[in-house]
Amino acid sequence: MAELKLKQIKKTYDEGPTVIHGVDLDIRDGEFMVFVGPSGCGKSTMMRMIAGLEDISAGEVWIGDTLANDVPPAKRGVAMVFQSYALYPHMTVRENMAFGLKLAGKSKQEINEAVTRASDILQIGHLLERKPKALSGGQRQRVAIGRAIVRKPDVFLFDEPLSNLDAALRVQMRIELTRLHQDLGSTMIYVTHDQVEAMTMGDRIAVFNAGRIEQVGTPLALYQHPANLFVAGFLGSPKMNFLPVSASIFGHSTSIRLPGGELLTLPGARAEGELTLGIRAEHLRFAEHGVPVTVELVEHLGDVQIVYARAAGQSEPLAVKLGSDSTAPASGSRAWLAIDTAQCHLFGPDGQAIRRTEHTF
Amino acid sequence: MEKTLPMPRAATAKKINMNKLANRTLHYLVLTLLAVITVYPFWWTLVTALSTSGDVFTYPPRMWPENPGLDNFVEVFQTIDVIAFYKNSIIISVLTVAGTLVVCSMAAYPLARMQFPGRNIVFGAILATMILPSEVNFLVNFITVSKLGMGDTYTGVVLPGLAGAVGIFLMKQAFEAVPNDLVDAARVDGATEWQIFWHIMLPLARPALAALTILTLVAAWNQYIWPSIVMASPDKFPLSVGVLYLSGAFSFKIRVVAAGAVLTVLPILMVFLFTQRYFLRGFDGAVK
Repeated sequence: MAELKLKQIKKTYDEGPTVIHGVDLDIRDGEFMVFVGPSGCGKSTMMRMIAGLEDISAGEVWIGDTLANDVPPAKRGVAMVFQSYALYPHMTVRENMAFGLKLAGKSKQEINEAVTRASDILQIGHLLERKPKALSGGQRQRVAIGRAIVRKPDVFLFDEPLSNLDAALRVQMRIELTRLHQDLGSTMIYVTHDQVEAMTMGDRIAVFNAGRIEQVGTPLALYQHPANLFVAGFLGSPKMNFLPVSASIFGHSTSIRLPGGELLTLPGARAEGELTLGIRAEHLRFAEHGVPVTVELVEHLGDVQIVYARAAGQSEPLAVKLGSDSTAPASGSRAWLAIDTAQCHLFGPDGQAIRRTEHTF
Repeated sequence: MEKTLPMPRAATAKKINMNKLANRTLHYLVLTLLAVITVYPFWWTLVTALSTSGDVFTYPPRMWPENPGLDNFVEVFQTIDVIAFYKNSIIISVLTVAGTLVVCSMAAYPLARMQFPGRNIVFGAILATMILPSEVNFLVNFITVSKLGMGDTYTGVVLPGLAGAVGIFLMKQAFEAVPNDLVDAARVDGATEWQIFWHIMLPLARPALAALTILTLVAAWNQYIWPSIVMASPDKFPLSVGVLYLSGAFSFKIRVVAAGAVLTVLPILMVFLFTQRYFLRGFDGAVK
């Protein structure tokens, strides 16, 4: 186990663009840290730099007390699980798991013990003599994890390991990985573009965008207090609704005018000018008065219903999340939306969140 | 009023089946014709070798041997030391195959997997050698081999042909087809560049190695001009060169020469028959 420190990490390819722009991050010993972000945001590159598979253009990677910049991958005390599983197709499961230990010069007995222990943890003992092509996707994933476990690494690196699995298996493996983290207590870094994986698995999440970390925090902190428009829009399904508003300070509150002219008062906020109002789908409800909208579409997801309703003059419809027992208005009907002002977020022209003080009214 | 009725479904299906049948028949006809054209010279040689009487050059040529027997083969064994020539052919072929596999795969690996300046130029230069017929190299290779003191040696026969462009190309394609993640996984597992090459790349390039083995074996076994230039001592001749002793300056027994040719071709034909699926699989990977 080890803590991990990233100091001003930069990555620039020869004759190419800079893909990581000075990332600072401290990952605590035994922490499950998730790197999340859209495709091409640099999260996988960051992980590959930690693993030693990519050179670091500038900055420092500290693994435990060691500056790891020039340490070869195998000596960093990391093990990596790849999206494609990367199992050696010509070797059996046992040989796949033993390969790293064999190269490290471990004795046959040590290797056998390590493989047996890991295969017991992952319940793949009956697969040890099979070749990867004779395994299902879930079994291959387990073997890939097993190959990482046998090396007893200080840091586990997971690069979108569940992306190739079907939905049901993904949920199962998500639970198993979380349990594995609890059992092993190792430091784990997990890269994904799936915000559900990020929210459910991570002790903390680092949201990446265009080679920068937008925000780091616990899943709930990020969901409830996004630092900027990007994080607010990226985490949550359906994504947060955004409306352009004009605001003026009114005592300890901010008075905001919605695009349709309706006025709202946000207690605890002090901001003025042209801002963006963010409101999550579950904080909107249909009422007798409020923002007039036309219902465009109703999605029935079983446990919830998502209603997409468009306010006059808006290009994007607003998403409204209702319980399955609520009655959703019919498509094409006119309705009014009430906004829970206590749950509203305000973002400045630079996209940064405007913090609201705790209020008691 | 007359109405055009749509063709019943069964009739349409029948028509499609007939078209398929006609298509398939045409394919078979063309392929059979090509096979006959390719195989006929070998067949003629075999028929001639097995015939013990009659005119060799009758027209139309014979399709079956006249008075079939093994007399010509017996005469081959009585005239030349077939076993010694076989031994020489085997030594030359095995050395050529082993050397080619080592040299081509080691040359192809950096071209496929390492970044270095001039990589594409080097590969382009290697490919460019395919334009020239191998005979062009004979003179310079002979001078080189002689100056190195390798004249009249197996090494002299084998060495100049080891780094063939086809082999390097074949292996490069095979190495490029190995997913990057496997190499990365091996690196994280602690493998050195050599261990990646040995434990990951070579096993995964097995189909290409098999294809290259067969390709090289056939070429090495059948080569005639180069060994006959390098080798001066008849006791070191491979069978393909030694067979020429069957046609002396004053006697030319075409049936015996044919029997010698059959003895030369037979082993390699058997090898190819049993290994052709590996050969095809190797090329499959190279051209995908």
